[in-house]
Amino acid sequence: MGITFRKETFRDDFTFRNSPEHIRRFPFPFHEDAYMYAVNIEPHVVGPKGSVLENLIDVDEHYVAEMQDRALVLAEDPLRCQSLPHMTLAGWDLLELLMEQQALGYPEHFTLTRDGDRWRWINRPLGIDDTFTFGDTSTLPCGPMEYITRQSQGDFCILDQRDGNLWMDAGMVTTQADWSLDFDIGMNFFEWHAPVPLAHEKGIFTRALKFLTNIQQGKPARRLNWTMTINPRLDTSPENYHKWGPDRTTVTPENVGDKVHLRVELQSFWRLPRSNGIVFPIRCYLIKMDELVTQPKWARRLHRVIRDLPEELATYKGLTRYRPTLVEWLSKLDDGSPTSPGFGPD
Amino acid sequence: MSTGTTKLDVVVSDVVPVNELVTRFHFRRRDGELLPTFSGGAHVVVEMRDGDRTRLNPYSLMGSPLDTREYTISVRRDDVGRGGSLFMHRSVKPGLEMVISYPVNLFSLDLRAKKHLMLAGGIGITPFMAQTAQLAGEGGNFELHYTCRTASLATYADVLRERYDRRIRLYHDDRDERIDLDRLLSTQPLGTHLYVCGPAGMIHWVRDRAAALGWPSEAVHFEHFAAPQPGLPFDVTLAVSGKTIRVGEQQSLLEAIEAAGVDPPYLCRGGVCGQCETNVISYDGKFIHNDHWLSEEDHRSGCKIMPCVSRFEGRSLVLER
Amino acid sequence: MAAKTIISRPIYGTLSPQPGKHHLFIADAEGALAIVDMAKMAPPGFFGGAEIVFIPGLDGKHVAALEALKPAQFHLAPSFASLLPRLKQTLGNAHMGLRLYLAGTEGLIGQAMQVALEAGIDHTSMQTEHRGSLARRMQCVHCKGITENVTTQPATCSHCGLLLLVRDHYSRRLAAFQGVCINAEDRSEIPPTEEAFP
Repeated sequence: MGITFRKETFRDDFTFRNSPEHIRRFPFPFHEDAYMYAVNIEPHVVGPKGSVLENLIDVDEHYVAEMQDRALVLAEDPLRCQSLPHMTLAGWDLLELLMEQQALGYPEHFTLTRDGDRWRWINRPLGIDDTFTFGDTSTLPCGPMEYITRQSQGDFCILDQRDGNLWMDAGMVTTQADWSLDFDIGMNFFEWHAPVPLAHEKGIFTRALKFLTNIQQGKPARRLNWTMTINPRLDTSPENYHKWGPDRTTVTPENVGDKVHLRVELQSFWRLPRSNGIVFPIRCYLIKMDELVTQPKWARRLHRVIRDLPEELATYKGLTRYRPTLVEWLSKLDDGSPTSPGFGPD
Repeated sequence: MSTGTTKLDVVVSDVVPVNELVTRFHFRRRDGELLPTFSGGAHVVVEMRDGDRTRLNPYSLMGSPLDTREYTISVRRDDVGRGGSLFMHRSVKPGLEMVISYPVNLFSLDLRAKKHLMLAGGIGITPFMAQTAQLAGEGGNFELHYTCRTASLATYADVLRERYDRRIRLYHDDRDERIDLDRLLSTQPLGTHLYVCGPAGMIHWVRDRAAALGWPSEAVHFEHFAAPQPGLPFDVTLAVSGKTIRVGEQQSLLEAIEAAGVDPPYLCRGGVCGQCETNVISYDGKFIHNDHWLSEEDHRSGCKIMPCVSRFEGRSLVLER
Repeated sequence: MAAKTIISRPIYGTLSPQPGKHHLFIADAEGALAIVDMAKMAPPGFFGGAEIVFIPGLDGKHVAALEALKPAQFHLAPSFASLLPRLKQTLGNAHMGLRLYLAGTEGLIGQAMQVALEAGIDHTSMQTEHRGSLARRMQCVHCKGITENVTTQPATCSHCGLLLLVRDHYSRRLAAFQGVCINAEDRSEIPPTEEAFP
């Protein structure tokens, strides 16, 4: 049993596709026909089988291909993975969390055996079988955060909690939507969110910070975020903006279905036990318009959301150049009929 | 009970009197599994079922975070308090099943520190037991100064001296040994963080001198062991849940609210973390603010109260709960 | 292009005397005047526990005014880079309780703060006051090179040559503003260059 992992690329020839099951399980982020920021945080508990929430750390059919793309990004730019010196203990916390969760959710693919502090980790999809001493970095090929996040989908930010604030002091960031770990590492919660328009005035970050600093062990939380990407490119970093930015000018009415992708981030927040830090996994899901509109409710709703999105948000999310073409394309699929409440397809 | 933290079903595995005032309690998980790991400085909230009264008190975890087969706490007997420590000393025996919270850390180490300078007074030694064990395990740089009334009340001094030798200095009040605080605070390398846990007066003195000697407040960390104090009974109306309650002499306002089936959030039970902050809708009387969370202005405004430690005297009090 | 203030953009205050026995001042050019102004409010004997490190501007002004404060130590340096080894040593030997005061251009404040952060001083405890030029240090997010003395919007990266939007997003760790390619989506778009940070 287990997952059939796809062979696909997130660059160059862009062979990434979602299987029909993965289209239906896609975390569509809009529960109504309009979008504005909110502190949309909820407890991160297991959800329905067959959804992206069936395990708290989700491994899907794109796992192997994503890890290969990550390895390529890091080879080109090692600064995408950094850990300030005091964050090694938190890195071990994260290693334990991800090994436990992946072994628990996918026992046919991952096995963790512990004998005191001698641990054995088997990752069958990536062909890894390593024995090491927990807490001793010299027994791993690299630091604990880098070691485990090279084997887990999505980006990871580890936050140090000090002075009532959260500080982004370590991270593996190769699938982000346009922010630079190398630039932002060391900043606090308000500083790294500084470029987000509108939200600061609404007091969203103050409320969110209060919530996050009070997250306790055993009670993780989650929220969804979204943007759009042209071509299924995971590495849309500012570092490479001059390489992927031009893609935004290549959208035509004929290729919207194939090129324009909805990009959803499932973010979660977990208290780390030994370091008292917070880990912030950012799990990225991509779907092209052709795949998304196979669910008619999503087609109608997305049309309305994008059409009515406030200008500042559209600019911040980088949609400006191709928004008219996209809205025009989606409008043909919107007959104006009501959409059912909630995120799921009908 | 608040849904802020998960609960653990434990059994008392040992009760050890340490000296005439302090007794140590050991807990293991009822299902025999390892307890959750934690960071030095964390506490657990212990639920004490004393007949028809339930008290919840926080106690620092003393053991090393590296060994979680059991949790250990130390309780100093307080004969004039609300009775929580008396309950622990008199009624908790090995084999008793109890419920505690997951660990919560409101007094954590700043891992950037080039050196950790710790000042402990009396029972305030407990969080440092765990923190020094954690730091020693990874070769960290720390120094602990411990003041106590007498040698017999220097709880765990021999254990600490044996483990850490010259990194511990003891000061006995009855021998007139005093911390030379100004000299200590003037001779630390840049990047040192200061941690103090002990009586309120000691914390006040240390914070004051540190500020006067140029230490930025970000480098000074402190933990009060403020327990709710008993006081005259008073009545409260809970506007949101539509209940009227009487807060008993030995009961905190928070405990009375919980006894009525209302569940405000909490984390520290000691007036410092802000979680139980409650809005006052109206009042006719006088607040007795015992917390370290609200500002002076908040205290004067009569608009807020911290029910875990504060009380009220007067004709009426209506809260937004 | 009007620069909108964002939260990561540092805000500088006014120097004021802090409690403590040891005070270290680092200033360039017009920053000297911030120290002189602060001295008027300082308690008597304050400068007896102070070291002043000063990088004069090209006009060499203000040196005498600083000397007149009679600090315990006074050091003139031709540039920040030249005073770096000495500063690292001073901070390496210093004790908790040393207060830091940084005044002058943003580049000086940022770079001095960088060294102090490394030495273990918390940034919120450092007094800062901006005086003089608004010129910025900018890190090119693409090649990671830092370009000094950026006064225009947009600005060319002095390392890789890309034309960059000089953002207000600032990193304390790098002591630089972020520069992002301004015409990545369409290289034929060349916005006009304006003097934005004189």
